[in-house]
Amino acid sequence: MPDGLPVRVVLAKLGLDGHDRGLKVVARMLRDGGMEVVYLGLRQTTGSIIDAVEQEDADVVGISMLNAGHLTLGPRMVDALADAGLDVPVVIGGIVPDEDRPALAAAGVAGVLGPGAPADEVVACVRAAAASRGR
Amino acid sequence: MVNRTVPELVAAARGGELRATARLLTLVERGGEMADRVAEATHRHVGNAHVVGVTGPPGSGKSTLTAVWTTRLAEAGRRPAVLAVDPSSPLTGGAILGDRVRMAEATAVGVFIRSMATRGHAGGLALAVPGMVRVLDVAGFDPVIVETVGVGQVEVDVTAATDTALVVVTPGMGDAVQANKAGLLEVADMFAVNKYDRPGAADVRRDLELMLDLSKLTGHGRPGAVARPPILSTVATTGEGVADLADAVDAHLEALKAAGMLATRRNERRLAEVRSRLDHLLLEASAVALEDESDPDAGPGGAGGHVGADDAVLAGEPPGVTARRLAERLLRGFEG
Repeated sequence: MPDGLPVRVVLAKLGLDGHDRGLKVVARMLRDGGMEVVYLGLRQTTGSIIDAVEQEDADVVGISMLNAGHLTLGPRMVDALADAGLDVPVVIGGIVPDEDRPALAAAGVAGVLGPGAPADEVVACVRAAAASRGR
Repeated sequence: MVNRTVPELVAAARGGELRATARLLTLVERGGEMADRVAEATHRHVGNAHVVGVTGPPGSGKSTLTAVWTTRLAEAGRRPAVLAVDPSSPLTGGAILGDRVRMAEATAVGVFIRSMATRGHAGGLALAVPGMVRVLDVAGFDPVIVETVGVGQVEVDVTAATDTALVVVTPGMGDAVQANKAGLLEVADMFAVNKYDRPGAADVRRDLELMLDLSKLTGHGRPGAVARPPILSTVATTGEGVADLADAVDAHLEALKAAGMLATRRNERRLAEVRSRLDHLLLEASAVALEDESDPDAGPGGAGGHVGADDAVLAGEPPGVTARRLAERLLRGFEG
């Protein structure tokens, strides 16, 4: 990421989980943090997210999961991006028990944001993920 | 893909590689020297895409209409692309780009969608729009649809950037239509009265027809207009009227060609781009001029040299006088 340019983040609910209020709050936090948020909303698949990342040339993918699917779908998202040849870090937000964090990190998830994460932490986490990108 | 040169990216984009197209769009959007290189590599190959602007008030259904329309085009074997512009926050520079939410179906059938923020540019479009349209054109997309932010003087910008300008209006905004009728009339090549299943739709249609009648009498209208703008009735959520809309857009391109106006409009488009680029450079220069500090030997009233804006304000110089002085100094700089 060249300095001074807005980070571009694709935000989505991955899978069958209809609770998007948290993601909308996060979108607002990132906007107020000076980022450009491409908001996809509910019921996205790894394929639809990859289409968006590709067309939008996004720097980071943020997925929200409140349905305990993170250990399955989180790594699947990371792998799907890698398989597509897209070097784009994934940040997961939602209900993620602390004991699951090492597994997600090991699977290549760049950051995890739990309930009640303050705006500063959300923005810093996404910014760090963007900066980790190799381009 | 990290280290590909601009010509390599352009070649890949022309070969249909979406990722190369997306990267070129990013380079253009970021501006600067790389954007100039992309312009060099693309501007001679443009002209195959019909560039259509979709504008109208917020909530009028621009995204939904565009989604249904482009889905049909893609299903019919065409390759539409959409540039969807949303506003940047003037305070933080951030933006929420939400057009894809209403365009999931279009994405699924292969419509290329790129969201972009205005990044401080007034007028409903972003400075980079013409350059990004060129990239999509060269990459083989047709039509290229530019969906604007729906406020203010948008209309003028979208006219300058497209071959065909579609203005979307809805019932229940009678006053807004009245208030905006001059602007709408001047820029629209066609109207869509969307949400036509709602009460008052026929009234909107009648008002528009009346406005067009009057404009014919007084001789107003968009320069290069080839026909009275058609008024389409649409219900984007059900797809009603969208086929007619698609036909009307295609017919407008044919009418422009038949009247020999297409080349004229495209030259106007390039001139408009020069103008908006020049405006942008002048704005940057004016920011520099505002920051210019006083010469050390400047006496009271600027007798001994340049007095900067800050000192001039403190000294009580009338703002208009300060501005003119700074402008004259800027222009002398351009001459030198």
